[in-house]
Amino acid sequence: MGSRASSLLREEDIEEIKKETGFSHSQITRLYSRFHSLDKGENGALSREDFQRIPELAINPLGDRIINAFFPEGTNKKYTAREDQVNFRGFMRTLAHFRPVEDNEKNKDLTSGEPLNSRTNKLHFAFQLYDLDRDDKISRDELLQVLRMMVGVNISDEQLGSIADRTIQEADTNGDMCISFSEFTKVLEKVDVEQKMSIRFLH
Amino acid sequence: MNFENDCRFKRKLTKRGNCNTLSHQGLQDKQAEQNSVKDSYTTHNESVFQNPHHQQEENLTGLPIVTFKWHHVETPYLVIIWVFVAGLAKLSVVELNHHVISVVPESGLLIILGFILGGIVWGADRAQTFKLLPPTFFYYLLPQIILDASYFMPNKLFFSNLGAILIYAIFGTCWNAATVGLSLWGCYEAGVMGNLDIGLLQFLLFGSLIAAVDPVAVIAVFEEVHVNEVLFILVFGESLLNDGVTVVLYNVFDAFVALGGPRIDAAEIFKGIFSFVVVAFGGSFLGIGFAILLSLLTRCTKHIQIIEAGFVFVVGYLAYLTAEMLSLSAILSITFCGICCQKYVNANMDEKSVTTVRHAMKLLANGSETMIFLFLGVTAIDTEIWVWNTGFILLTLLFVFIYRIIGTFLFTWMLNKFRLVPIEVIDQVVMSYGGLRGAVAYGLAALLDEDKIPEKNLMISTTLIVVYFTVILQGITMKPLVQWLKVKRAAHSDLKLIEKLNNRAFDHILAAVEDICGRIGDNWWTRGWNRFEENYISWLLMKPKARKNRDYLFSIFHKLNLEDAINYVSEGERQGSLAFSRSDEAANVDFKKQFGSEFADVMPNIMVDMSNYELGIEHFSVTSIVKDTIPSVSLDIHGQDRKNAMDDINAHHLLQQHLYRSRKHQHRHKYSRSHFSINQNEDEVQEIFQRTMRSRLESFKSTKMGVNPAKKITKHHKKELTHKMPNGHPDGTGHLYGDEEVEGLCVFLPHLIEAGIENPVFLPDMDSPTHSPPWLMETEAVAPSQRAQRRLPWTPNRLRRLAPMRISTCSTDSFLMADVSLTLEEHEEHSQTDHVEM
Repeated sequence: MGSRASSLLREEDIEEIKKETGFSHSQITRLYSRFHSLDKGENGALSREDFQRIPELAINPLGDRIINAFFPEGTNKKYTAREDQVNFRGFMRTLAHFRPVEDNEKNKDLTSGEPLNSRTNKLHFAFQLYDLDRDDKISRDELLQVLRMMVGVNISDEQLGSIADRTIQEADTNGDMCISFSEFTKVLEKVDVEQKMSIRFLH
Repeated sequence: MNFENDCRFKRKLTKRGNCNTLSHQGLQDKQAEQNSVKDSYTTHNESVFQNPHHQQEENLTGLPIVTFKWHHVETPYLVIIWVFVAGLAKLSVVELNHHVISVVPESGLLIILGFILGGIVWGADRAQTFKLLPPTFFYYLLPQIILDASYFMPNKLFFSNLGAILIYAIFGTCWNAATVGLSLWGCYEAGVMGNLDIGLLQFLLFGSLIAAVDPVAVIAVFEEVHVNEVLFILVFGESLLNDGVTVVLYNVFDAFVALGGPRIDAAEIFKGIFSFVVVAFGGSFLGIGFAILLSLLTRCTKHIQIIEAGFVFVVGYLAYLTAEMLSLSAILSITFCGICCQKYVNANMDEKSVTTVRHAMKLLANGSETMIFLFLGVTAIDTEIWVWNTGFILLTLLFVFIYRIIGTFLFTWMLNKFRLVPIEVIDQVVMSYGGLRGAVAYGLAALLDEDKIPEKNLMISTTLIVVYFTVILQGITMKPLVQWLKVKRAAHSDLKLIEKLNNRAFDHILAAVEDICGRIGDNWWTRGWNRFEENYISWLLMKPKARKNRDYLFSIFHKLNLEDAINYVSEGERQGSLAFSRSDEAANVDFKKQFGSEFADVMPNIMVDMSNYELGIEHFSVTSIVKDTIPSVSLDIHGQDRKNAMDDINAHHLLQQHLYRSRKHQHRHKYSRSHFSINQNEDEVQEIFQRTMRSRLESFKSTKMGVNPAKKITKHHKKELTHKMPNGHPDGTGHLYGDEEVEGLCVFLPHLIEAGIENPVFLPDMDSPTHSPPWLMETEAVAPSQRAQRRLPWTPNRLRRLAPMRISTCSTDSFLMADVSLTLEEHEEHSQTDHVEM
């Protein structure tokens, strides 16, 4: 499967990833070694099973959804080798959502396109965890599924339904009983998403 | 002004006291006696108590009808008078000076008021007879404030910033103490201060007592400014913990001073550092121990609910005193006791007790705070303590200010290398400017031993000046500074379910991403701790039931629903009297759906809470209506809202329909020390049971038949009523949510009874889709009211959230008060007669 060739990280790849994601060189190499160790098939790409092998992720209530987020809809040659696999660039691209917003990035003009770790992109990442059918709307059923994953078993279905209803009501402005992405952004505008959706990557 | 009058009164009182009791005692006696809250009994009680008795006995010629016994009550009387004065002071500060208070913070005003009061006392006695004494401060005033601060600490925020807080609190305080002490010593050696009898160690001791930022002052100022939550927790957490640190530091240096300079060698210094660690961490662990004790205690207080709230205070205070006894850090002990126990205590205790604790805690803390600031002012008006040394005082002010800034920037710079979200420069400025000193510094200064530190008075006066300078001047300028720097303010937003839901989701996402990156980061630790806490600690410290019912999202949901209910009632009342119980506005709400049967047992408490605490006093609460007998209710309503006689009649009917038969004589509150409940009457239980059964039967019947049997019979009458109602909407078209199904309350019935709520408004059984009061079924003419099927004819602005949640199932919304599906049917006669009566 040509594992040897693909496991080598070429300099130009690094440069490209750097430009796309904003990670530093050392971060990229560090994450590459992680990527490599996750890649049990040694084919330069991760499958869902590779992710599911991470023990902590297996018990994360949103684990499956998050793994899903690594596999984008339209198969882009750049990020995925096959339909159900993600290569290193795709991997990095997803992780880049969680890079903290740095001071010098705040004032940067957006001519070069929005960086992956912008507020909107972070929110969109969260949004698509709910939006299972990817129709840019969170329906009641979709919300219910996520709620069911996150709350304890003590809550009855009916209560959960009311919670879902209420949640939708809070966000829903046009009365279609769904949360669109713009509604989602609007209702969370007071939340410090930049901080709450960032982790520290070692430099 | 208020307080001046009061002072005059108080002065008179003191004078009278003087005349009666102290005229033949020395000035010192008088002073000590009035001063010390605690000492007077022990030191002077013989003289104080015997004298008047002797006098009385000598003069006794017959049986005295009334005697004046000032001495019997003197100490508690003075204490309570001062508490009273403090209360009035707070009142006048808050009430009389609305425009002043927007400029000067309350704490500053209280100090200034203290100056005035002190001046009056001094003018009367020619000496300051009332001072803030360290024991009073440390044993009676401070613990309550610290307990309050820690008990209401936002734990998640606190622990996620714990690293920074600890750095500031420990290293920042040591830095301040050392630099201020050393710099002052340097200046002294350079001859700036003239001739003082202070050595290096004394300077360091002084530095350590002046180092700590005071939580009382900080909370008082920062609460008014509303800075963003991270900044707030940094300053607040630091001030809370560094008090502990500063006391420890003070004790270490105090011991060094006592030991004397030459005898301090490396070993002693090492012992000093070691004792610092032991005292600080020992205190903290002791506090955690007491928190565990308290949590375990509240697990088993089910049958003594009436006093369980007291345990929080008692155990908290015990934590403080025990630490003090073991010479561990008392402040840290009570801090960690409060922080650690809050979650379990709140879950374990009855909801009523939680409210009690919350209010009592705030009451005590606010009271203490007022007393402290007031007395900080009063204390100043005393010629005895003031020693002026320009160099020492000004340099102290300068160093305190400068080293605070340097320290903050230094430690922030180091912290920012590790923080995910760096602390901004503006925030650092506010942090360093927020270094307010307060009563703890004064208390420590007043504790100094005059034998060992000859310049004690200079230190006290310097401390007082630093306190006044920081609290008043920096307090005043803080708000403009925050505005000018455009510090990120606290985003004041309503509680939203979706925000909480997403916060939860974010946590999971971050943990997952960290796992994917293979990094053990903050989220990993947080999650690990949460899991441990969930599995073991909660299991140990929480009631099984509380644990079961505790779900984060659900509790938010629950809270929101409660809020809505309260809004609904108050909104309804604003729009007219008891709008929620008017016959044409049957807002039907479905409890069962919302809270579920497993939570049903919690519900009665909530209802009690709402009516008693939130609404009961100012508003006209449902419970209070129902507890009264029927005629008086009618009168009440009548009195409240005369503009609409129809309302009265409707309400009257409503109540007569839905209340049980009034049993005036058996139905009194029975006095009981340990229960609030009203004694239950067997007849009543019977009645409730019968009504419920009938209503069930009825609902069964009507669903079976599919029609409302007697709808037409009373229709015309209802229409008449509708027309008469000024606010009444014409038939069921004007409301928003037309055909929600009304669901039953009968689940709650037993619980309501248990809880002693006799609120039949909740009881008409809502299972019936026809909304007809079932007990009317005997007369075949039951008309399910159309009006009853309309709900929320008006939609209060704030009730947007009340819209039905479950459109899909056509059920209605969460509402406590709303279940008043009123039916006026079959009351034509009643209404007429009643009308005449009224």
